[in-house]
Amino acid sequence: MSNIKSTNEFVIKFANVNGSGSASANQMFAKGVFRSGVPVSPKNIFPSNIQGLPTWFEVRVSEKGYLGRREGADIVVAMNPQSYNQDLMELNSGGYLLYDSSWKRDFKRTDINVIEIPLTKLCVEEFSNSKQRLLFKNIVYVGALSYLLNMEKEIYEILIKEQFKGKEKLIDPNVKALNLGYDYARENLKEICEIKIETSDKTKGMILTSGNDASGLGCVYGGATVCAWYPITPSTSLAEAFTDFSEKLRVEEETNKNKYAIIQAEDELAAVGMAIGANWNGARGFTATSGPGISLMSEFIGLAYFAEVPLVLFDIQRGGPSTGMPTRTQQSDVLSCAYASHGDTKHVLLIPSDPKECFEFAAEAFDLADRIQTPVIVLSDLDLGMNDWTCPEFKWDDTKLFDKGKVLHGKDLEEIENFGRYLDVDGDGIPYRTYPGAHPEKGAYFTRGTSHDEYAKYTEDGVVNARNLSRLLKKYQTASELVPNPIFKQETNTSSIGVIYYGSTEASMQEALDLLHEEGVILDAMRLRAFPFNLEVWEFIEDHDLLFIVEQNRDGQMRTLIMAEGGIIPDKLVSVLCFDGQPITADFISNKISSHLTGSPSKTAVGGK
Amino acid sequence: MTYIVKPKNHHPDLEKNELGLTRRDYEGSISSLCAGCGHDSISAAILEACFELSLSAHNIAKLSGIGCSSKAPAYFLNQSHGFNSVHGRMPSVATGANLANHEMLYLGISGDGDTASIGIGQFIHAARRQLNVVYVVENNGTYGLTKGQFSATNDLESKSKYGEDNLFPSIDLAAMAIQLEASFVARSFSGDKEQLVPLLKAAMKHKGFSFLDIISPCVAFNNHGTSTKSYDYIREHNESVSKPDFVPLGKEITTSYEEGQSVQVPLHDGSLISLEKLSKDFDPSNKASSLTKINKAEEKGKVLTGLLYINTESKDLKETLNVVDKPLNQLSEKDLCPGAEKLQAINKDLC
Ligand SMILES: Cc1ncc(C[n+]2csc(CCOP(=O)(O)OP(=O)(O)O)c2C)c(N)n1
Ligand code: SF4
Ligand SMILES: [Mg+2]
Repeated sequence: MSNIKSTNEFVIKFANVNGSGSASANQMFAKGVFRSGVPVSPKNIFPSNIQGLPTWFEVRVSEKGYLGRREGADIVVAMNPQSYNQDLMELNSGGYLLYDSSWKRDFKRTDINVIEIPLTKLCVEEFSNSKQRLLFKNIVYVGALSYLLNMEKEIYEILIKEQFKGKEKLIDPNVKALNLGYDYARENLKEICEIKIETSDKTKGMILTSGNDASGLGCVYGGATVCAWYPITPSTSLAEAFTDFSEKLRVEEETNKNKYAIIQAEDELAAVGMAIGANWNGARGFTATSGPGISLMSEFIGLAYFAEVPLVLFDIQRGGPSTGMPTRTQQSDVLSCAYASHGDTKHVLLIPSDPKECFEFAAEAFDLADRIQTPVIVLSDLDLGMNDWTCPEFKWDDTKLFDKGKVLHGKDLEEIENFGRYLDVDGDGIPYRTYPGAHPEKGAYFTRGTSHDEYAKYTEDGVVNARNLSRLLKKYQTASELVPNPIFKQETNTSSIGVIYYGSTEASMQEALDLLHEEGVILDAMRLRAFPFNLEVWEFIEDHDLLFIVEQNRDGQMRTLIMAEGGIIPDKLVSVLCFDGQPITADFISNKISSHLTGSPSKTAVGGK
Repeated sequence: MTYIVKPKNHHPDLEKNELGLTRRDYEGSISSLCAGCGHDSISAAILEACFELSLSAHNIAKLSGIGCSSKAPAYFLNQSHGFNSVHGRMPSVATGANLANHEMLYLGISGDGDTASIGIGQFIHAARRQLNVVYVVENNGTYGLTKGQFSATNDLESKSKYGEDNLFPSIDLAAMAIQLEASFVARSFSGDKEQLVPLLKAAMKHKGFSFLDIISPCVAFNNHGTSTKSYDYIREHNESVSKPDFVPLGKEITTSYEEGQSVQVPLHDGSLISLEKLSKDFDPSNKASSLTKINKAEEKGKVLTGLLYINTESKDLKETLNVVDKPLNQLSEKDLCPGAEKLQAINKDLC
């Protein structure tokens, strides 16, 4: 048997029992690697359960910056006898299995290294409190790993101190547990593990955070003041992040009063209604939800679209349909968001791919919603939203002002002869609006979801209604020029074959392209960042004979959207689809593309036009 | 920015209020409801209340759901912004609007279908959150706009226009509101302007959830002999707990009452609602007393009207959430955006 030898490139998987307090220890492990200067991508794979079921925490460590999920683990920390068999199977040959040897076990694989640490015994000897005995097992294995991987133990001592700031009593026992593991490994497990962490500088200028935390912060920076939400995994942590950041950053010093209002609504219908009411009245309101919530909100989304009320929504997608896999990831709300609600409706979608973009798009969503006077849906997913990602740090330009769009205030109204709420004065399809209370005699209008003319008056005149619907289409055209551009991996296109992808798939894409490159397959790649699609998107599609569309859903929803919106012939667009609820991997993408290309020799895989 | 409302040139003999405005300045578009519909009388009473209180219409927002009743806001206060939202969801829109700017007066207009069926969840939660809104249900016991189906406020003993029996008991929205801690609960009748206008005025001056269940006959579908929401039935069965009179700030009570015959409840701006008691055993500040009274009237087959419950002590939603006094929709980048330096500190925490 040959041991896996690697420095700064490996996957470690922790198998725990849900509710056993492992999450914070595992997170601490990942942060320690990040602090060593090596990029990490921890992923929490958890059940829809509070206590008792198996849960996993996978950490990909990659100095090369390959942060997508990778199949197979090089190290497994097996803390859950319930899942031993499965965990054992996922361990790569030559890998390392660390388990709690207080209860010895025979693992029936000869091609792996078994690392025995009597975690429970060590804790029972050292701690008297039964809760501590249980919790500290997790810290003990972190200590042991730091020795095994040749890391600086001090990094973890500092992390413990930071974590328990304000609860100083907890620092000593945690440090003790850390040392317990470290010392045990030093004394008993010398030179067993050939996977190492070597200090690097690849996390300089980087941060480790989740998409939901970043989005919550982005809402604070974007000037959101009203947040209405209803708890649903995986969006809950976004509203909670907004709450935490607001408490820290948005309390008026002199009065101790809040420059924000947050309501946990009675359901998603109420949540979105509140956000609409706030925006209608000139404040920036938003809601965060997941697929089931989007279904419930649809009627209101149509109202905001038709009555032209700005609205910001976050959809943190999870596995569907129906209640589906509430704790697994998917990109399966693309169509239901793009066309949410009955009648002819189309909505602006922003699709971030890492926490930095979550932050930026969150803030930008409010500007766009105000500018275009329409719902803007930020389409994230569970993987991006709930897991921590290594990404460039947040930036903000202090000279930037909020773009509140076309709003007429009292002074403006004084000078205007003819105010029509839905008049297309500028020819871009975007009319002017007023806030309630703007002026005693001018600017008041009746907002309605019924058909209306340019002056917001009810009309059943079909011609007038068709004119309004056409203007909305024009406005939608304008929107395509305002939303973020796609991102291209190449400066100029060099291949006749392209790949289109979006959102959290970014993490696996570079690696997939590199793998394909090794096989001699060169592809041009475009990451979509928004809907409606703009000219650059259509040009890229036009420029290639064959396009792969990589998605994390069953039906190729983005492909459908591209076909529907651009009249693109289906033959040209080949789906690469992962919908098992796990984040898509580079191997999956490259295998699918490569086998498609070799399976159809007429469409040559090698680039060059 | 504040503006002085400029009165339009009307006939010099028209009565003017403190702002120099006439009733015509409070009008809306021409109603498209059926002639004789109770909803139009409620619109007239709202207009009258706003006129008498000398309110600036542009500082009022009218919000509604869907139904004939929810169309009504188009027929009064043309200078107010209005929002005809979706069926049953007016309370959430009103909540968001109120949080954005607590300084305006919010009139929520709904129907019994809109509130007691599709929107009952939102109604309940707006009440328990003590949203500062005047919430009017124009209660006709039927779905007017969809042509006469039974609504959830239709009484068990009532029959439809076509002779069908109503199979389910009715929901008493006023009693429900009291149980939910709504701080101002009244019931009235669209045909009783003398009672309705002072109640509306007091509701507009009250801070918190002001609920008015106003029986408002539907002449098209629920005004027949076997209906318990017809003009005739309500006139016959109306039992008023008190005769309300609204006393503006600084004005004196002019009517003299006998000992124990009246109560005065001070409202948030110092004005009063003065109640001439028509019933001795009734205390509108006591929840239990109100609920008992409502039940007793129901047993006798009476419809209890008047100010049923009032609590001027409770906190409204804005206070509970400890929101700043400056309206949220007036806060600027300086107030709201923490800036690059703070962001740098946050970046530090994340590495
Ligand atoms: C989601 C939805 N379902 C159904 C309707 C159809 N609808 C319109 S008004 C109405 C009932 C209105 O009854 P009520 O609120 O009592 O108003 P009224 O017309 O009696 O004043 C219904 C069911 C709708 N507009 N929206
Ligand atoms: S149908 Fe009934 S509720 Fe509707 S307008 Fe006519 S009378 Fe009024
Ligand atoms: Mg009705």
